[in-house]
Amino acid sequence: MSGTGIIQVYVFILAGFVGFLLISKVPPLLHTPLMAATNAISGISLVGSIVLAGGQYGRVATILGVVAVACAMTNVVGGFIITDRMLNMFKRGDKPTDKKEGSA
Amino acid sequence: MTAMTFLPLLQAAIDGAEHGGTQELVIQLTYLVASVLFILGLRSLTKPDQARRGMQLAALGMLLAIIGTMLQQEILTFTWILTGLVIGSIIGYPLGKFVPMTAMPQRIAFSHMFGALAATLVGIGEFYHMYQAGLPAPADSDVRFKMAALGFEVLFGALTVSGSFMAFGKLQEFITGRPVTYKGQNIVTAALFLVAVGAFVMIIVQPSNVWAFYTMVLVSFIIGFLFVLPIGGADMPVVVSLLNSYAGLAASATGFAIGNNVLIIAGALDGASGFILSLIMSKAMNRSFANVLFGAFGSGGGAASTRTSEGLTAKSITAEDAAVLLAYAGKVIVVPGYGMAVAQAQHQVRELAELIEKKGGEVKYAIHPVAGRMPGHMNVLLAEANVPYDRMYDMEEINDQFPECDVAVVIGANDVVNPAAKTDPGSPIYGMPILRVNEAKAVIVLKRSMNTGFAGIENDLFFDEKTSMLFGDAKASLSKLVSEVKSL
Repeated sequence: MSGTGIIQVYVFILAGFVGFLLISKVPPLLHTPLMAATNAISGISLVGSIVLAGGQYGRVATILGVVAVACAMTNVVGGFIITDRMLNMFKRGDKPTDKKEGSA
Repeated sequence: MTAMTFLPLLQAAIDGAEHGGTQELVIQLTYLVASVLFILGLRSLTKPDQARRGMQLAALGMLLAIIGTMLQQEILTFTWILTGLVIGSIIGYPLGKFVPMTAMPQRIAFSHMFGALAATLVGIGEFYHMYQAGLPAPADSDVRFKMAALGFEVLFGALTVSGSFMAFGKLQEFITGRPVTYKGQNIVTAALFLVAVGAFVMIIVQPSNVWAFYTMVLVSFIIGFLFVLPIGGADMPVVVSLLNSYAGLAASATGFAIGNNVLIIAGALDGASGFILSLIMSKAMNRSFANVLFGAFGSGGGAASTRTSEGLTAKSITAEDAAVLLAYAGKVIVVPGYGMAVAQAQHQVRELAELIEKKGGEVKYAIHPVAGRMPGHMNVLLAEANVPYDRMYDMEEINDQFPECDVAVVIGANDVVNPAAKTDPGSPIYGMPILRVNEAKAVIVLKRSMNTGFAGIENDLFFDEKTSMLFGDAKASLSKLVSEVKSL
């Protein structure tokens, strides 16, 4: 394995660790928006797709690339819009209740 | 802990810059900022009042990553990229803007399919470029690591594409929601899995093996179908979460294959998220992962509880009487289930709750982690109907409050309130954490008929003497209750 490969594994493990710690704290209340959000973020495949579509690697690669860009972009646009739409619906009541803050 | 992640990242950014100069440094910095914004965005989801803002930052991160990628030197033409971006936006916009909240589970499953398809196609494109585009093939020893990454990418990717399609079909109900099983099912799946693993090893040993690569893609694609086929509708929360995780891992593997850190990071975050959600869901059903995936729960047969409903009669109640009970209740807890989603009765629920509150009562919502078809399904539906989120309580938060509750209203929920989970060791759901509705002073159950729930188990709660059944479509029953309470 090359040096870059090792750094990549580092990045993966640490990012996974950060993800694990963060997501564990997301209350069940927001689990559906969370799924929509990670879905939008998974549109990051765009980064790979764009290079494939615009790199002139031959016709087959370009076609695969364009389809991949379209798929990933669908998730980005649709995912962020729907997450925003959902989060916008979560409103606090006017009268304060005995619910404790934030924790789950 | 966040700082730890960024150190190697920054190092990678600087390494990259040494090869490609300023332009490369700018690109790597946009990726770095994007990664940070993604993490902040997910962190914001721990607080409902900051979540919206945080996710807007994450969207900004995505925009930066796209711009950064456009700066790459490998890109020679923009026509095709723009074509893809425009098509994606045209499909994505209505998927984000107009899909109703009730269709959210299938909407999410559907988009996992897109995400995984993108990753799979990039993987195939990379492979094609390396070995089938007529270029001189790289030395095998140089590409083994890359081939392993590509292998993971298309394995997870192809499986997620077909698996998500199946999940989508089951949730949208054009494929039966019942578990489909056949003899030797697990053996067939296991054999296919072995073939996929064999092909995976093959492309690492001999990277230019075109046959092995495409066999792997195809077999993995088939496994996805077979894997979701035997899983029933009510187990979909686990499956959808797991596919969420796989889609993330496929994106991460893409990052390994093309040497891109923002992909690795975003993919790892998604992977972790899906994994945690599926763990939470399995736990809430008191079942292991393996049991959910290979157990074909709810297929009927097998699960023979010692109890039957024979000799027991459920007491039914009219809307008028139920309305009186509710109108003069001090503390009311509403327990929504999948039945509320099916009847789309969330608006009537809120209307009824407001009336009860006007009469001086207090209404809370008790939400079981696996109520509905995806994690947090009930919360989103209630939020859509303008129920304030501080009235929605998780199972642990509210379970101790049932004894003080005057009336618990169960709307289209069954297994999650079945006391057999606590009292009957012979019950297939024994040990599953439930909402302790049976501890309330009175219970009204809104239900279509006396049919058993998804697990096919009788529910003692319905025969409890403090329980009254209000039969009929949840939406119609609730509308009736609303008008009755109004007229009191």
